[in-house]
Amino acid sequence: MANEQRKLQTKIMQEYYQLEKKNETKRPVVQNCLRAFLVGGIICSIGQAIQFFYMYFFHFTQQTAGNPTVATMIFLSMLLTGFGVYDRIAQFGGAGSAVPVTGFGNAVISAAIEHRTEGFVLGVGGNMFKLAGSVILFGTFSAFVVALIKTILIKWGGF
Amino acid sequence: MKHLVASFFWAFVIGGLICVIGQIMFDVFHLTPAHTLSTFVVIGAILDGFGLYERFIDFAGAGATIPITSFGNSLVHGALQEAEKHGLIGVLTGMFEVTSSGISAAIIFGFIGALLFKPKG
Amino acid sequence: MLKGHRTWVFHNQPVIISTATVGGPFEANGRLADDFDLLHEDLWLGEDSYEKAHKVLFEEAFYKAIEKGNIEKEQVEFIISGDLVNQITPSSFAARTFGVPYLGIFGACSTSMEGLALSAFIVNYGGAKYLLTGAASHNTAIEKQFRYPTEYGGQKPPTAQWTVTGAGAALLSNEGKGPAVTSATIGRVVDLGMSDPFNMGGAMAPAAVDTIEAHFRDLNIDADYYDLIVTGDLGKIGRNVALELFEKNGVQMDEEKFQDCGLMIYREGQPVLSGASGAGCSAIVVYGHLLNRMKKGELKRILAVATGALLSPLTFQQNETIPCIAHAVSIEFRG
Repeated sequence: MANEQRKLQTKIMQEYYQLEKKNETKRPVVQNCLRAFLVGGIICSIGQAIQFFYMYFFHFTQQTAGNPTVATMIFLSMLLTGFGVYDRIAQFGGAGSAVPVTGFGNAVISAAIEHRTEGFVLGVGGNMFKLAGSVILFGTFSAFVVALIKTILIKWGGF
Repeated sequence: MKHLVASFFWAFVIGGLICVIGQIMFDVFHLTPAHTLSTFVVIGAILDGFGLYERFIDFAGAGATIPITSFGNSLVHGALQEAEKHGLIGVLTGMFEVTSSGISAAIIFGFIGALLFKPKG
Repeated sequence: MLKGHRTWVFHNQPVIISTATVGGPFEANGRLADDFDLLHEDLWLGEDSYEKAHKVLFEEAFYKAIEKGNIEKEQVEFIISGDLVNQITPSSFAARTFGVPYLGIFGACSTSMEGLALSAFIVNYGGAKYLLTGAASHNTAIEKQFRYPTEYGGQKPPTAQWTVTGAGAALLSNEGKGPAVTSATIGRVVDLGMSDPFNMGGAMAPAAVDTIEAHFRDLNIDADYYDLIVTGDLGKIGRNVALELFEKNGVQMDEEKFQDCGLMIYREGQPVLSGASGAGCSAIVVYGHLLNRMKKGELKRILAVATGALLSPLTFQQNETIPCIAHAVSIEFRG
């Protein structure tokens, strides 16, 4: 899509684009991927540890331990976000901290904390899902479509 | 004991790899975090539609339940479970039954966070 | 008087009789800390929101400038100022505190020189005896509005810049001693199709080059006339691109002479990626550090070119590119 937009631009713009790209500091992709792997892996390992904790001490099963685990992880991300640490981890870890469910928690919690100055109703309530709203929207809608299609196929296709 | 170590290993590796895919979407495709995470959630939903995500969880443990893809999976799971019992309407009513902890936790702790903390910059 | 296409020459030599600069904690750790009149330990400045703290930056700069100029608030005829926040509320609310007739302007990060150009014009033609002009920015207030909540874990690429927390104000008059504003070239909006809001320098460089070349053309001079040509916040990437554009256009520009405020404020080791930016960036460096150097005799003639990116979070979401502008003002110290 970006390439099509390039073709619509004038020659001057295209020339400038080449000049600018030459001078642009490139993103360190390999380094970022290694850091994302490390941070993402560590967060998932912590999640695994918490899951085992709930399974052995609170007798959850492999299937049901997921719920309290996710809630605990989000609680931890609240602490890290509130103490101003999560954004520093994220500058280092990139997707490694954004992709796990703690990133979702951070998105909601950071927006809530930021907009307290506008009051709890309009500020916190009105802005909390500024960043995470798209995840909820697309998650819900795609789940609806997938489940609908599958249910129809099962009922009428005999799958 | 060996089972325990293997679980941690796979959780680390698979969780890490999913994050690497996310990082590539950030750096190579120049997608925003919102676009990337929305894509992941949709992928999770589609994978559960094909019945693949549960097997993924059995293999990778937290490496599959912690990334945001698992949201898509739980939403579809909840919807399908209800649909099995109550027919098509279950698709609407069942969705948040299984996922509720993630979203409720985010909302509740978000509010508590706003009560307790000030942004640090 | 209009010279050439878009340059004003100020024959009555409006003088900057005093200036004031205020900074935040990050700036206090930077390279130019000694040139500030006031530095703060935190970003809240005793207020309960970032936007209110932003307003306080202006108020402090304004009050300090008239104090150093030895005049009373009532003697100031007008204030011309602006910032980056929606509806430039910090600037307007500070003008409310001051109670002086007010002209709010918006030029994004080029606001400081837009204000200085207009102020010099008004004072030069007797439209005011004393005129206060200023620009400011506040790191977290601006991040909150333009990018993400400040505690959000969004990874910034190496092309991103750090918004300065600070305000710079200058008091102009036709009488008195100080560096004189001798000419100003007004920029036009230039957009060469850049669309990454995390790479402002790359978007703004063409505007800076366009204005500087127009300035040279209108006045029939070249870079040798000035001891220093300084841009507002092109940052590392924008500066390199601008130098290459000058070479491509056959305009002679010495690398040592062509500096950028965004690269001067912070030390190596402060995590500012490509450099500093913000409406306060050029205001702080020009009205503080550079005028101090002029008064010490190190610089006689400088051309300050503030650069601004005229986008909003909405235009980015609507797939628009980033139009930019640069305003140039020449300041000369006749000793």
